[in-house]
Amino acid sequence: MEHILSILIFFPALAAAVGFMVDKNAIRTYGITVTVIEFLLSCILWSGFDNSVAGMQFTEFIPVISQYGISYNLGIDGIALFLVIMSTFMTMIAIIGLTEERNLKNLIITVLFLEMTLVGVFVSLDAIMFYIFWELSLVPMLYIVGAWGGPKRIYASVKFFLYTFTGSLVMLVGMLYLAYVYFQATGNWSFSLLDWNMLMLPFDMQMWLFVAFFLGFAIKVPMVPFHTWLPYAHGQAPTIGSVMLAAVLLKMGTYGFVRFSLPLFPDASVYMMIPMGILGVIAIIYTAMVAYAQEDIKQVIAYSSVSHMGVIILGIFAINVEGIGGSIFLMISHGVVAGALFMLVGVIYDRRHTKMMSEFGGLASSMPIYATVFGIMMMASVGLPLTIGFVGEFLSLLGYFAVSPVITGLAGLTIIIGALYMLVLYKRTFFGPITNPINKTLEDLKGRELSALIPLVMIVVYLGVYPKPVLDPVNTSVKQLVQIMYLKSVTPEAKATIASVNTIGEVK
Amino acid sequence: MIPAVDIDLASLNLPTLAPMLITVVGALGILCIDLVTKNLHKSLYVMITILVLIVDLGAVIGFNSATRGFFDLIMMDGIAILSQIIIIVASILFIILALSQHKFHEYRYPEYFALFLFMIAGFQFMVASDNLILIFIGLETASMALYTMIAMHNRDKSTEAAIKYFTMGALAAGFFAFGSMVFYAVTGSIELGQISANLVASNFDNYLLILVGVVFILGGIGFKLSIVPFHTWAPDVYEGSSSALAGYMSIVPKIAGFVVALRFFEIFVSANNQWIELVLYIVVVLTMTLPNMVGLVQKDVKRMLAYSSISHAGFVMAAILVGTTQATQSLFLYWILFTFTNLGAFAMLWVNRSKDKGKFQTDHQFEKFAGLVHISPITASIMALFMLSLAGVPPFSLFWGKMYLIGSVVNGGYIVLAIIMALNSAIAAYYYLKLIVYMFLKEPITDEKIEFMGNANNPLKTVIGISALVTITSILYIDPLLEMISNYVQMSGF
Repeated sequence: MEHILSILIFFPALAAAVGFMVDKNAIRTYGITVTVIEFLLSCILWSGFDNSVAGMQFTEFIPVISQYGISYNLGIDGIALFLVIMSTFMTMIAIIGLTEERNLKNLIITVLFLEMTLVGVFVSLDAIMFYIFWELSLVPMLYIVGAWGGPKRIYASVKFFLYTFTGSLVMLVGMLYLAYVYFQATGNWSFSLLDWNMLMLPFDMQMWLFVAFFLGFAIKVPMVPFHTWLPYAHGQAPTIGSVMLAAVLLKMGTYGFVRFSLPLFPDASVYMMIPMGILGVIAIIYTAMVAYAQEDIKQVIAYSSVSHMGVIILGIFAINVEGIGGSIFLMISHGVVAGALFMLVGVIYDRRHTKMMSEFGGLASSMPIYATVFGIMMMASVGLPLTIGFVGEFLSLLGYFAVSPVITGLAGLTIIIGALYMLVLYKRTFFGPITNPINKTLEDLKGRELSALIPLVMIVVYLGVYPKPVLDPVNTSVKQLVQIMYLKSVTPEAKATIASVNTIGEVK
Repeated sequence: MIPAVDIDLASLNLPTLAPMLITVVGALGILCIDLVTKNLHKSLYVMITILVLIVDLGAVIGFNSATRGFFDLIMMDGIAILSQIIIIVASILFIILALSQHKFHEYRYPEYFALFLFMIAGFQFMVASDNLILIFIGLETASMALYTMIAMHNRDKSTEAAIKYFTMGALAAGFFAFGSMVFYAVTGSIELGQISANLVASNFDNYLLILVGVVFILGGIGFKLSIVPFHTWAPDVYEGSSSALAGYMSIVPKIAGFVVALRFFEIFVSANNQWIELVLYIVVVLTMTLPNMVGLVQKDVKRMLAYSSISHAGFVMAAILVGTTQATQSLFLYWILFTFTNLGAFAMLWVNRSKDKGKFQTDHQFEKFAGLVHISPITASIMALFMLSLAGVPPFSLFWGKMYLIGSVVNGGYIVLAIIMALNSAIAAYYYLKLIVYMFLKEPITDEKIEFMGNANNPLKTVIGISALVTITSILYIDPLLEMISNYVQMSGF
């Protein structure tokens, strides 16, 4: 268990490197085996994880550039744990459900490299390590979208790359500046988050740094108005690309907010609660309306992703245990649900090579199992109680209610508009008579698709009914996070706000 | 001031001249061999050159403290040693590229290799002196040799490039001489240390005249460094010379120029001279930004790389502007990492050079590389590796240089400049990405005349392999490398 995090990071990379030797007819089995092992490794991590500890566990530390305080520093807490498990799980599911035939070997090797960077982002405690994995994740994604995507794939992939690259470079300047501030304060260079967490920064500096980090994270999330790359990337990406993008890559941004912005800049975060909330609400309502207007099923889900990310932002900037804990739960549930929805769209695209709603109709009679699974996922996406989507959405909104009932009320519209566009989509695709004769003979879910989707359905229902196994460890770490923020905040207003928003539920 | 007569030979400290003398003697040796026997294979000359350079390297590394010699004209301080190491190592890697598979005109002449060694001697004089006249002589020796080497490539564009470079270079030499003259007029000295002392003592009296001098010297060095607005020659000259030589020109003459610029501008930066800092600031920002913009629309990979290396030079100039010890360290770190990455990238172009352009307009048009991953996956991957490194994607080598450099700019208090640098990196990423997009995401254009890796053989592959290895494994050696750099930099007190 000593080096389990290193193993988790580098096992997929090693497997990918070795994978070049595997014959291309056997590569699918190879990919599935590797991702299953990786998932089992993450389960071992979970079983060894101590739920009662709020701080970092399984830490590893090796100095890399000692003169400049950069080190190979890993660790995991309740916040990151489930994101790691979700990443390995969704990668596994995505590879199991993979139907792509072109250049399969390159695709699977690329996905394995991507998995390395994703796990790396969630377990790095050194800012530069975090940045390395963060940036490195762009390269496989560029290749996946650009090589296997739709007609405008090159535009979409380059746009994705440049947007994120720009934002994160500004973030890098922020990190370097923060390290310099740390150096001035202590006389030592360090990029370790745990060291940085001890810094008390003046408010003005916090604001500047917050903005620098915000650019990096907000583009990744994506928050309105930086979201324009996402529909393109989703629209053009192959199914597996969309699944990875929606399920894991977007969570890197929100994770960044929780891991960096909140504990490092507590006063700025408190100051930005309302502005961020407003941005979140704009994302929720605006993109939900845009989603309603879409004709392409995949675009609907892409925009609904942006909308849900708005709820996550809202939860994070509630700065209380319910909100942050709920938003982390929502990250996981959205990963599962959006991933599943994109796979479902992939299923129908494989059969008909179109994603337009108008091409379908009445699929429920020709593909009953497909319709059922789609229905369950749709309900989860809308946030129906007893599905996984409800818990996170409810908690996030509950958390933000303590900050601003008005904004929360507006954000609550997400459930209504969300239901609206998803149900309309469902109605037009699945109900009614079959208008297009080709749809009569479509094959229902089978073998590989089924084995990928069934586990997702089970998780959606199980965690929807009983979210405690996930929420407990998350809340332990989140409580500590909120406490750190309370202790570190320098302005009395921020202290008072943190105290006041944390009165619902358990008293801190 | 140089004393007139009666000097003890020991006081000349002739060993300080040894590194330059080794290359000069080596060059003369090559000329002598040519006198005796004609038509020897180029591999002989390449190997002799490498041997001479290795001996030279040994002589340079032998210095471990700042020493002066030869009428105090030579100053072997830390940055002189460090930059000579970079120059020599890059030269060794470059000259191996002469062992290419195809025959090229210039390598048939032993004079090419003699000129090469003379050029290195020139650069060594340039970096190992703080005397404006010796710097000038070094600069001219090196440039004259370089002009000829470009012209020897013997294509239409090469002659054009050489003439262009020559005329521009002559103008730059004039600027430099004029600038030196102004400083001599103002301070009565041509030694930078003395100039600095006199300027500070007189509290920058005659400021207008000093500014004129600075502008002329900036123009003179600026041509060599191809900083905006003195950069216009660079893309044409790079395009006209062979890819290997273009890669070399983007690295070695510039590090020599940087050292001179460092020594020169240090006078003003350490005195916090606002106007001159402002001039430098503007030059730095322009040098980073403008070539990036132009680079976006290039149709030829070599021209794109030419603009990119101008932009990289702008990055490094920022370190000179900041002027802290950390900035100087980052200058050398950046340039060492850049040396390998950029030389690797140009070497990749060099091995893909075919005799015939086929249906493409230039030798290395972007379209030529379309779908390379289907034809030769390893070539495409290595090229992509160099592009990602140039773009500053971690964990490849140039990322560390960029990070450390931006870090030192931040620490020097230039936050806005740091953000401009970050944004420029993002802009630059687009044109590096463009090549990757062509290689990986587009369908191949078939043309039976184009063969990839046609110019490659084992020596060339070794150079590329070394560069790639250095680029990938950077995370492992950055720490010791930084330590070495900081040793040398501290030795010279920058």
